[in-house]
Amino acid sequence: MSKKFFNSGQHWVWLNAGAISISIIMVVGLLLLIAVRGLGHFWPAEVKTFEVVEGSNTQTLMGEVHNVEHDVQDGLDRKQYLLKMGNRDVYGLDFKWINVKNIEQTSVDKDVVVVERREWGNLYGFLTSVTKDGSVIKNDVAALEGIVERANDLHEEIRSIEKDDIGSINYEIEQLRLEQRRLELEGEFTADAKAEIENREAELQQQFLSYQEELNKLYADIKRDSAEFTLVGGQTITLTAGNIVRAFQPNQMGVMAKLGHYFSKVGEFIFDEPREANTEGGVFPAIFGTVMMVLLMSIIVTPLGVIAAVYMREYAKQGPMTRTIRIAVNNLAGVPSIVYGVFGLGFFVYFLGGSIDELFYPEVSPSPMFGTPGLIWASLTLALLTLPVVIVSTEEGLARIPKSIREGSLALGATKFETLRKTVLPMASPAMMTGLILAVARAAGEVAPLMLVGVVKLAPTLPLDGNAPFLHLERKFMHLGFHIYDVGFQSPNVEAARPLVYATALLLVLIIILLNIAAIKIRNSLREKYKALEQ
Amino acid sequence: MTQVLEEKTIEQHLADEKIAIEVDKLNLFYGDNQALYDIDMQIPEKKVTAFIGPSGCGKSTLLRCFNRMNDLVDIARVQGDINIHGDNINKPGVDVAELRRNVGMVFQKPNPFPKSIYENIAYGLRLQGINKRRVLDEVVEWALKGAALWDEVKDRLHENALGMSGGQQQRLCIARAIAVQPEVLLLDEPASALDPISTLKIEELIHELKNDYTIVIVTHNMQQAARVSDYTAFMYMGDMVEFDQTDKIFTNPSQKKTEDYITGRYG
Repeated sequence: MSKKFFNSGQHWVWLNAGAISISIIMVVGLLLLIAVRGLGHFWPAEVKTFEVVEGSNTQTLMGEVHNVEHDVQDGLDRKQYLLKMGNRDVYGLDFKWINVKNIEQTSVDKDVVVVERREWGNLYGFLTSVTKDGSVIKNDVAALEGIVERANDLHEEIRSIEKDDIGSINYEIEQLRLEQRRLELEGEFTADAKAEIENREAELQQQFLSYQEELNKLYADIKRDSAEFTLVGGQTITLTAGNIVRAFQPNQMGVMAKLGHYFSKVGEFIFDEPREANTEGGVFPAIFGTVMMVLLMSIIVTPLGVIAAVYMREYAKQGPMTRTIRIAVNNLAGVPSIVYGVFGLGFFVYFLGGSIDELFYPEVSPSPMFGTPGLIWASLTLALLTLPVVIVSTEEGLARIPKSIREGSLALGATKFETLRKTVLPMASPAMMTGLILAVARAAGEVAPLMLVGVVKLAPTLPLDGNAPFLHLERKFMHLGFHIYDVGFQSPNVEAARPLVYATALLLVLIIILLNIAAIKIRNSLREKYKALEQ
Repeated sequence: MTQVLEEKTIEQHLADEKIAIEVDKLNLFYGDNQALYDIDMQIPEKKVTAFIGPSGCGKSTLLRCFNRMNDLVDIARVQGDINIHGDNINKPGVDVAELRRNVGMVFQKPNPFPKSIYENIAYGLRLQGINKRRVLDEVVEWALKGAALWDEVKDRLHENALGMSGGQQQRLCIARAIAVQPEVLLLDEPASALDPISTLKIEELIHELKNDYTIVIVTHNMQQAARVSDYTAFMYMGDMVEFDQTDKIFTNPSQKKTEDYITGRYG
């Protein structure tokens, strides 16, 4: 019986099925974990009030239960809550472990207000008064929301002036300085040129001053309103409206209100800039940087890899030399990515970038322009890293094109190059796309080399903006992968940032999936178009 | 009188024809193996010449010498001359692409490009830089009519050629070849992958085409050779054993080997 079973090969089938099941369970489990942890973060949690007795003193604590831990010792289950109390400015820390045994009483107060602030994290407390334009007005959350909304509009205006208008003035002044320096270096800094530059600079200064004035007004205006809160310990805190991002009462919210809050938070996460050392706000610059880098990398790696593969497969004489090169290319795929990072820093950034600065931008010295980590170098480094994948799969694609098709083309009087361009390469394009898909999957998730060649914790400007030449390849950028590392392990408030780590991870996975789906769609349509290979 | 006609030698027959291809002491080597031995022959213009012989006898190799397809094989080496309309195609400096434009070829397996029917036929013209829609339209229609395919595909010219049947695909390949108006058409077992009805259509087409083209056909099928060709060459182990009028080869071969082959004693 058992011999028959083994001879039939059934045990292999079971083994294979088992291996696949385990793999699938692990992948699905991973996705589920980051999805649950990441997506749960934005749901407004109930704020509870606890009476905690420790020895002789009784304490009233209020906050969200962030985590529950069972510490079983000597047969005793010591259940502990990790309470997110917020109010870091008052308490000094915003998380506290409390032993469930010590909790005398738990209550849920309807009137609790949670305030997200631009500084010091969340505030949990009770609204005592709302001051509008110097006078105390009706003391309810609607009034609070009113002043917050106004302040948010003003804040948006301030941000737009600071970032866009003053940002572009600064950029232009910097360009003027560089132009002056360039003229000086070339010995053409004549009195005329000097007057011209000073003229333009004065003009810009004038604009700057007018913006500055406007800003000052806005800053004064945003501080006009304020609100006062009482904490559970009895302390009072006064916040100016400009310091409040949003205020809500989670214990009064219905499901619909909670959903609305949830989606507005998710929207903020995806489309806004980070606040408070990346632990609050959104990750838009990181998304932008990631996608931008991957696109640039694709643009660089595809032609390079395809040309190399075409030469190796179609033109080079097959022999020991090509075999050696092929082995070398394959091994290149196995080099640890950090090594590429070091190479990128040494070769691209310092050597290439440094040379570019020296040759074309002598005026920027001593602060480098291209001779410092930046988007272009990161893309180039990753292109190098993923080059083997593209070469190998393109080569395989070329090898699969039937000889009969090539002969058909040659027999019609096409040269080898025409045959390649008009028939072979289009037919091999799905294979190139496969290579690109693999390259994108690898590049989008790579962090280690990027830390050396261009990624930063917080980039002041996006690599794409309204100042000519619009695309600033030399700029540093943010990246989701690095963002995860930074938020999770380098932030001042690791406990608060942890859910963001999951959310960012989920986002990174989703973006990689999206990029891949786009590439796969293109490949499938190409396959559909050139489905000659099955015959 | 009849007696005299029948005894006319191949040389005498060829003397009456215009010669399209003249092969002079052609030797071909694959590395160290010789595949063709001292081939000498003359292929008449606007006639169908068939190459028959057992597998591996070199008939396809010889055919592929006429448009220098053997250049694609790294280890192949050719000695001797082939004159097509008086020009030696083996001499250095010959424009191979130009040669192949004049000497079209259709392969054993239909090999349409994964493009539309229209683009398949326009391919050779576009290579010559002809991109005018009107010219292309005309040539496509003309070539498809020439290949007896027009009526079947005129309504789906812009559909993928791979959606056609095998026989249609092969006729498309013939249309593609004649679209560039070559002088010589080489057919390398054009019907061996097709069903009998498609084969019949191809054979009828060959009859039609010989009015305008010099056709050289390699075939495994002796009946086919007998049906379509005017002249037949029998090859064996890289040697041209016998070359004569088709009637003569099949009714009264002068060589023992030829007789053995056509009576089915080997091959």
